[in-house]
Amino acid sequence: MSSVIRAEGITRRFGHVTAVDGVDLDIEEGNIFGFLGPNGSGKTTLIRMLCGLLRPSAGHANVLGFDTVRDSERIKRSIGYMSQQFSLYTDLTVMENLKFYSRVYGIRRQKMRDRIEEVIEIVGIENYRKRLAAELSGGWKQRLALACSLVHRPKVMFLDEPTAGIDPVARRDLWNLLFDLAGRGVTFFVTTHYMDEAERCSHVGYIYFSKLMVCGTPKELKQLPEITPEHLVRLEVRCPRPAGAMRKLNTFAYVQDATIFGDALHVLADEGCESHMSDDLSQAGFESPRIRSIPPTLEDVFVTLTRNKDGQRDV
Amino acid sequence: MFRGLTSIVYKETIHVIRDPKTLFLMLLVPGIQLTVFGYAIDLDVKNIPTAVYNLDGRPESRDLLDAFTNAGYFNIVKTATSDKDLYAAIVRGDAQVGIKIPPDYTDLLVLGRNAPVQVLIDGSNSTVAMQALNVTNAIGLRESLNIVNKTLDRRGGLPIQVEPRVLFNPDMKTVNFMVPGLVGLVMQLVTMLLTALAVVREKENGTLEQLMVTPVSRFGLMIGKIVPFFVIGALETVMVLSIMRFLFDVPIAGSVALLAAFSLAFLFTTLGLGLLISTYAANQIQAIQLAFLVVLPSVLLSGFVFPQESMPYPIWAIGQLIPLTYFIRILRGIIIRGAGFYDLWQNGAVLGGMGLAVLSLSALRFRKTLS
Repeated sequence: MSSVIRAEGITRRFGHVTAVDGVDLDIEEGNIFGFLGPNGSGKTTLIRMLCGLLRPSAGHANVLGFDTVRDSERIKRSIGYMSQQFSLYTDLTVMENLKFYSRVYGIRRQKMRDRIEEVIEIVGIENYRKRLAAELSGGWKQRLALACSLVHRPKVMFLDEPTAGIDPVARRDLWNLLFDLAGRGVTFFVTTHYMDEAERCSHVGYIYFSKLMVCGTPKELKQLPEITPEHLVRLEVRCPRPAGAMRKLNTFAYVQDATIFGDALHVLADEGCESHMSDDLSQAGFESPRIRSIPPTLEDVFVTLTRNKDGQRDV
Repeated sequence: MFRGLTSIVYKETIHVIRDPKTLFLMLLVPGIQLTVFGYAIDLDVKNIPTAVYNLDGRPESRDLLDAFTNAGYFNIVKTATSDKDLYAAIVRGDAQVGIKIPPDYTDLLVLGRNAPVQVLIDGSNSTVAMQALNVTNAIGLRESLNIVNKTLDRRGGLPIQVEPRVLFNPDMKTVNFMVPGLVGLVMQLVTMLLTALAVVREKENGTLEQLMVTPVSRFGLMIGKIVPFFVIGALETVMVLSIMRFLFDVPIAGSVALLAAFSLAFLFTTLGLGLLISTYAANQIQAIQLAFLVVLPSVLLSGFVFPQESMPYPIWAIGQLIPLTYFIRILRGIIIRGAGFYDLWQNGAVLGGMGLAVLSLSALRFRKTLS
């Protein structure tokens, strides 16, 4: 496997603000790299630097072996980019948008028809050819945007929150599309806020206050020692009135943290405390709680990392 | 260098066709502007409302008043009955000029003495006042001359006969002077604003960022954006020149082909200015404000209304930086004086140079907005 995106100490400052601080990355071919972090943590700035839109203040990055500053024009020919905002021409039809981007990428007239038909089939936008982009729903707009950025067969795709504001079905369809394309060897760099999307990625990175805090496969991240420290266990607790139970649990000395997760509670507690907990909860009026040990979710990973970091910041 | 040019032209053309409202406005508004302004801007003052206080009343005094009204500049709207009345007519705005003839006017003339005729002029509108003053002096001089000649029994006018001959615009019609300038002003406003808005709209929609990650080059993008507006600007030029020629009846004395060639140079500059504005403006409102920052000095300092020769040096110098200054010289040169290429090429060269400078500056700024 060869490395497709590689960054070393890449940093971007805007005046006194450091938007991205010394990020190292190494993403291999065919990966779907999920990039997570709170709003304003530097996700978009990093993408813009990798696409050659912004110059890094320090450090450097390669995409497909080309330097993002010196060879940005070379990179542009082999990458696709979908920005956060829907950025196609709404007064052009689906076909016209596709034709426009084909021309922009200098695809020859003979090939153009084939390429356009190819991406139309990939994203399944066949029935909307003559529709103005303005008249498409959110999900279809995203598909069109994806189609436009695929028309030149890019090797790397940068997607900045591609699923923000589209419905769950469209969201799932889009992800299936990404898997399909990744199977054909396209490398994806995707930012998202959704944990379920992060779980689907082959690799994830988490950026917090401009710094890349952690990076790896979801499985690796869940096994990080700082996520479930020694002598602690992650438990799922099911009982009536979980909200009340959560408040109660947080008062117990052997409970480090309790949060609601759907209709259950996720608890980080001392090893071997399950029987105490069961008794204590029953006594407090939360009868017959079911307690079982569970692996951490990615959300647990990021919440824990964020809390640890905040703890350090407070010191 | 121009990578992606044709793709941008393709897209921009669709934008223009899809939006007939804008297309309509682009072509119609300049026509309306030119027509309205062309009729409104007329510095020839006629029929100035005049009040008269004639204390003499004999034929000689009526001859004098006839001399005033016959020239077509004064229109007697009121006969005053006292000094106060005459004055009040001007204060109220009923009259802009008041003429008072003293009771002994005829007697003084007969005796060969100076007969004082008082003329009050409302100075609140300086254009009218200036005209009234000049015409009053001229009429006074002419009537005096007639009387002197009669008494001396001498033929001919003054000992020295100055024979001024106004070349090129013999009737001194303001329309012939103003409308060519107006053509330039209208062309500039529309082309500059449309270009600026077209680029800034892409900024607002985020489509510009999308284009930046494609292999489209800066020049390809910039020139591609300009080309459709260049075509529209050319059509518009033909239209406003036709309005000038056929509605305002301003003949084009020189070569139409030369005028067309210089007009294209001017369009090139104004479109470049539009691009430059778009590199500074973050949104369409800012673009409009910046465009007016260019338009206002163009109206005031280009020699369109006020002669540049009488401006103080720093103001004059600013005027020399405005493209419209040179285009107005070209317009008036070709249309009114029938000037040829060798009379005007320097102005054309300055316009072309400014166009290139503005375009290069935009290209530099364009890169900056990205990184």
